[in-house]
Amino acid sequence: MGAVVGTLSLQTRQRRPSRATMFGSTNHDRVCDDLELSVVCHRPEALDLLEAQSNFNRKELQVLYRGFKNECPSGVVNEETFKQIYSQFFPHGDASTYAHYLFNAFDSSQSGSMKFEDFITALSILLRGTTTEKLQWTFNLYDINKDGYINKEEMTDIVKAIYDMMGRFTYPALKTDTTKQHVDAFFQKMDKNRDGVVTLDEFILSCQEDENIMRSLQLFENVI
Amino acid sequence: MAAGVATWLPFARAAAVGWLPLAKKNMPKPPVDKKSRNDEILFVNVSGLRFQTWKNTLDRYPDTLLGSSEKEFFYNEDTQEYFFDRDPEMFRHILNFYRTGKLHYPRQECIQAFDEELAFYGIVPDIIGDCCMEEYRDRKKENQERLAEDTEAEMATDTPLPPESTTRERLWRAFENPHTSTMALVFYYVTGFFIAVSVIANVVETVPCRPIKGSKKDLPCGEKYTVAFFCMDTACVLIFTFEYLMRLFAAPSRCKFMRSVMSVIDVVAIMPYYIGLVMPENEDVSGAFVTLRVFRVFRIFKFSRHSQGLRILGYTLKSCASELGFLLFSLTMAIIIFATVMFYAEKGTKGTNFTSIPASFWYTIVTMTTLGYGDMVPNTIAGKIFGSICSLSGVLVIALPVPVIVSNFSRIYHQNQRADKMRAQQKVRQARIRMAKKGTTNAFLQYKEDGGFQFRDNDSVLCVKNRSAFEHQHHHLLHCLEKTTNHEFTDELTFSEMCMTESLGYRTSRSTSISSQQGLSTSCCPRRAKRRAIRLANSTVSVSRGSVQELDTLQVHKTSIGPQSRSSLNARTEDLKLNCEDRDFTAAIISIPTPPANTPDESLPPSPAIPGILRNSRCSYTHETVKISSL
Repeated sequence: MGAVVGTLSLQTRQRRPSRATMFGSTNHDRVCDDLELSVVCHRPEALDLLEAQSNFNRKELQVLYRGFKNECPSGVVNEETFKQIYSQFFPHGDASTYAHYLFNAFDSSQSGSMKFEDFITALSILLRGTTTEKLQWTFNLYDINKDGYINKEEMTDIVKAIYDMMGRFTYPALKTDTTKQHVDAFFQKMDKNRDGVVTLDEFILSCQEDENIMRSLQLFENVI
Repeated sequence: MAAGVATWLPFARAAAVGWLPLAKKNMPKPPVDKKSRNDEILFVNVSGLRFQTWKNTLDRYPDTLLGSSEKEFFYNEDTQEYFFDRDPEMFRHILNFYRTGKLHYPRQECIQAFDEELAFYGIVPDIIGDCCMEEYRDRKKENQERLAEDTEAEMATDTPLPPESTTRERLWRAFENPHTSTMALVFYYVTGFFIAVSVIANVVETVPCRPIKGSKKDLPCGEKYTVAFFCMDTACVLIFTFEYLMRLFAAPSRCKFMRSVMSVIDVVAIMPYYIGLVMPENEDVSGAFVTLRVFRVFRIFKFSRHSQGLRILGYTLKSCASELGFLLFSLTMAIIIFATVMFYAEKGTKGTNFTSIPASFWYTIVTMTTLGYGDMVPNTIAGKIFGSICSLSGVLVIALPVPVIVSNFSRIYHQNQRADKMRAQQKVRQARIRMAKKGTTNAFLQYKEDGGFQFRDNDSVLCVKNRSAFEHQHHHLLHCLEKTTNHEFTDELTFSEMCMTESLGYRTSRSTSISSQQGLSTSCCPRRAKRRAIRLANSTVSVSRGSVQELDTLQVHKTSIGPQSRSSLNARTEDLKLNCEDRDFTAAIISIPTPPANTPDESLPPSPAIPGILRNSRCSYTHETVKISSL
């Protein structure tokens, strides 16, 4: 009986017994994979280079990088992480779809992971860029398949993603055709030649005509 | 929101540019951030260990001490840093929390110290990271259990009863804790003895004694010496009944007492006797009566009041009820299965013992518990195979719940040990506290007799010990309280003596040279003068201000009041100032100097006896300081 007690107590002390010996090495493999992934580390370009490429000064870059590195020690953000982070700002609804589009917009090289340079490039445009650059970026965001045209389906997707972030409990309540109405209104305004797609020039032109949009573009200057 | 998310917020806000072309309405104005954008390094000095961190790091959690403006209270202008007088080792973990967003619990630290640090820095313990959460929870629960035991031990029955307890309470206390009084101890041992006697008698009366003359058959002793055993039984039952009734009377809650296990055992132990008395000598009923006599063996359980180990065993079994239940259930299942199998395996054999499934139960039980009496043995090969499987599985089934029971027993046993240690430590602690209190009282009383910090004489410099500012202020505070309530502090012994002298009505009124008109009432206690200890006099026993007479018993610790001392008294009093010029008697020490000009004199009640209180004289070696204050 003593032996039984002994073995039992031994087992309870081992919180995580290594299963590798009894049930094969499946667990072991997964751990290895994780290790490999986390070892991948990306270092950004030199500070001077980034300073030259972006509209931020040295100090701002330093602050930005410190925050970024703190969150992502490996230096890259993959889409899942990005979705999680973005969703935390919109707890009411589901921000994953929009985050997906956003991620694609940020990840200019389409590599599947966002590096610090991508981060800085996008921020530079959004916060310190010219209105044309900003509008270009926005166009790029809306153009999901990056073919240079925004068609109704893409627009609907984007608008739907934005409304998803609102969640269910809104005032006034969301109706089934809210999205459709919104998209139609947008197309009415933007599609000058009524060909069913919005090109970059049409987009920029119609935005420049709208004073409200122009004014709001200046609002986000002081975010950093 | 997690800290890191704050880093991403500017990013999310920047991305809001993407909504602008789609916006139906205008965007609201952004909040203006007044504070400086530049991130700066803050210095945090924790007991000498300097930490440096970015301001942004600390700002991540604005509802903690370091993240809010509360830290400004700790800012040291001279050194331009935040200084905290706390544990630097713990601070490391706190700061890491700000940096990484995860709070870790250092295993080598005491859980209470850690909790205190967290409370100080305004961090809620719920955010401990998953890696350390389990350990933290376990330690915290352990600590809480220990604290609960401590409070229980404090309310232990070892503490002396308040003097106003009724007989009933004292009786109950005596029963519950026999060590409190000699009588209780005696009673305890007597009952223990009688329990033993009763049990032994029960046992011995079945032993065969030599037969009576003329008969061949061996008789059990019980039948040979019927009268003797009956007398012994009666005596024991009388004692037990008496004990039970006493306990019932003394119990604070009779219903609860009657429901408790021990009282049930008591009742079961004595009932058979009474039932036997009442029962007629009927053949049919006496069979049942014999059964009842079996219950007499329950008297042995009465020992559990006397033995702690038995009680622990009882608790263990109670707390392992589920494991025992599981054991029973699995055994039953296994028994049924194997009995069935064995029955059918052995069915063909001629003259087999396995006549039915219930008959096979006995074989299964004996085999599974590895007893193996051998009265039932399988003959067929199949029977033998299944028999061996049965014995193997029996070991397993029994071995499984046993360690749980063992560990439970061990835990309860250790808890009990701890309770005993706690009780011992409590006693020491109480003694120490009492000594400390006495020390404080003595210190205060000495302070008073030294005249307080106002009246410190140059001569008494020898007596003035090196007292800290804290002590001075504390004493002044106690003094203020005395003045407020018009009572004075004294020590325990003096108080009890006061009570005695009060009751004796022993008072001598003695006039001193302080004032020709004023008499002082003293109770002279020459023997006390010899004592080394600083004994300070005087407590006002009764309250009313009018009855000055009752207010003081003055003890003069002088060996003699002779002319020499009188003159010294005189000399003394001249040094002392008269503090009050008006009728405010509750002011500080008033000393009445030379007789004539005595403002208090006029305002004193005309009672001839005691207009003033002669206070406090210390049995000191250099001088006799006598201060008078008038009420």
